[in-house]
Amino acid sequence: MFRKILIANRGEIAVRIARACKEMGIHAAVVFSDADRAALHVRLADEAYAIGPAPSRESYLAIYKIIGVAQRARCDAIHPGYGFLAENPAFARACAAAGITFIGPSPEAMEKLGSKTAARQLARAVGVPTVPGTVEPIEKFEDALDAARKIGFPVVLKAVAGGGGKGMRLIEQEAAMSAAWREASSEARNAFGDARVYLEKYLVRPRHIEIQVLGDHHGHLLYLGERECSVQRRYQKVIEEAPSPVMTPELRRAMGEAAVKLARAGGYANAGTVEFLVDAGRNFYFLEMNTRLQVEHPVTEMVTSLDLVKLQIGVAAGEALPFTQDAVVARGHAIECRIYAEDPENNFSPSPGKILARRIPAGPGIRLDDGIYAGWTVPNEYDPLLGKLIAWGADRKEAISRLKRALDEYYAMGIRTNVGLFRRILNSPDFQNAEVYTRWLDDFLQQPASVVTPGDREQSNADDAAAVALAMWHFSRNGSPEVQKADAPGLAASEWKLDGRREQLNRAPRT
Amino acid sequence: MKIEIKLRDLNRTVEISRTDGQLRFALDGRSLGADAIEIAPGIYSILVAGQAFEARVDSTGGALRVSVAGREYAAEIVDHRQRKRYRGGAIEAEGRQKVVAPMPGKVVRVLAAAGDVVEAGKGLVVIEAMKMQNEVRSPKSGTVERMLVAEGQAVNSGDVLAIVV
Repeated sequence: MFRKILIANRGEIAVRIARACKEMGIHAAVVFSDADRAALHVRLADEAYAIGPAPSRESYLAIYKIIGVAQRARCDAIHPGYGFLAENPAFARACAAAGITFIGPSPEAMEKLGSKTAARQLARAVGVPTVPGTVEPIEKFEDALDAARKIGFPVVLKAVAGGGGKGMRLIEQEAAMSAAWREASSEARNAFGDARVYLEKYLVRPRHIEIQVLGDHHGHLLYLGERECSVQRRYQKVIEEAPSPVMTPELRRAMGEAAVKLARAGGYANAGTVEFLVDAGRNFYFLEMNTRLQVEHPVTEMVTSLDLVKLQIGVAAGEALPFTQDAVVARGHAIECRIYAEDPENNFSPSPGKILARRIPAGPGIRLDDGIYAGWTVPNEYDPLLGKLIAWGADRKEAISRLKRALDEYYAMGIRTNVGLFRRILNSPDFQNAEVYTRWLDDFLQQPASVVTPGDREQSNADDAAAVALAMWHFSRNGSPEVQKADAPGLAASEWKLDGRREQLNRAPRT
Repeated sequence: MKIEIKLRDLNRTVEISRTDGQLRFALDGRSLGADAIEIAPGIYSILVAGQAFEARVDSTGGALRVSVAGREYAAEIVDHRQRKRYRGGAIEAEGRQKVVAPMPGKVVRVLAAAGDVVEAGKGLVVIEAMKMQNEVRSPKSGTVERMLVAEGQAVNSGDVLAIVV
């Protein structure tokens, strides 16, 4: 086993990995940029090394600096977390060249499975379903029409050089095809200087369901069940859960085996995630593979009772997986929400700043993976993810009610968070009935937030309490002898009395 | 001590007094049997008619908000004694206005110059923080007296960006 691991990341995931190291008796070394000297991952680490200025390119993305620290600190292995260098084959190669174990797949597997186009080609080659469409760019309109008829409407035209929806056209029926062809091509030429387009089947309200895979270096490759991540805002996951509410044992086995087949074809080891879109008929289509630990890995951990980070470390150290496919059983239901320093009422603009006070939710079934503390200033240089709040329950209903309860307990004053957004989502009938799809949240956010029924006694008491709070806040800031007296109750008691009380408390209890 | 507040489109007056060491409250002239204590600055435990509430008041970035019972509202306070006005959007006092950075970041664009006549809500400066751009707007209609930042400049939360008169 490793003696010391360098964690090449920051924030909640660096904290998560450091915790795994400590539980395994491995020294946790971390790196930090100038903006992160006081960050929680530095405070919790056994060793910490400065790697330069705040911009990631000069610190967390600087391969030579991180390898240099790992060598100087005599680390046996590097855990890249997610983001930053986690899916960079050049970094994995640099680790190998320096004689340091990269905790993740081989650079070759990363290249085969991490690139969208390469992975889709491999999926087609091994018979893992992908979204039906033309693999190659289409030359003529007639070819596009033929392809569309073969695939079946609705279809979508996409720019080969594409991105950001430019050169993209949804076509519901054949009559709209020629206009869409002209528009997509010219838009693609204008946006990318490349008019080539290809055609794909358009999936109506698909769900995002992904399979966690884990492989060792002894030929074992397992699937650890699925996570449903259909609640997304502009293609970014917001809520994840396991198991998927629409999953059946047959579908799970089919998707799990497809994921393992693909990973095996790419020579994959360690933890990875194979993402699929699933349509209303429970047909699944390979989307892409993430060749790293996912942000949402805790929901899998909560239902399987496995520790994915510890397993990653064990596998990287050459250990065989300590269980077989049959032993992987999900128990209960887990839901995670990603808490960001952003303002949902102000177009989700980031809200960095100093955390003045906070409360950490606790109690049955609650897990908080975060990287912040009261008094810390959330820097503005990085992704504003504060942490992940995860609830486990015996079933989905209990998981939802626990998560709602924990969200009510959570606050971080001084910054804005998206906690209110989760309350809205968890209270919506669509989410409660699991009637969600990848664009559901974007549609949901178009609707106005529900209005409180006036005249409700509870609400009117809450309004009164809010009014009282505002008044107390105002007068304690702007000087009012009435309120300030109340702010210092300790002054009323004499020191003699307090000493007496302390003495009473320190006495051994009578039995 | 009496102030006016605006909450959920309702204007209310709140009066606080102290008798026998107890804080007493009157809402819109009627006495309210509330028991309120400050837990920490901005955090209050308030008991109203047997119902227990925890209320938090936050003015981060100049916007006044109160959250209670799992809901959050923009609020406004008018204290006639101080002729000061806190709003859901920004502090609006009479006269000269300092426009401050709501968050630390980098000035990526300056949208107005000294001497410009601006409407309330007109963008003055764009600040980039966490890879997102945020427009800082004029809190009032008036004239830009001074622009105190330039493009590329790093700013801290609370730094004065411009003055509008």
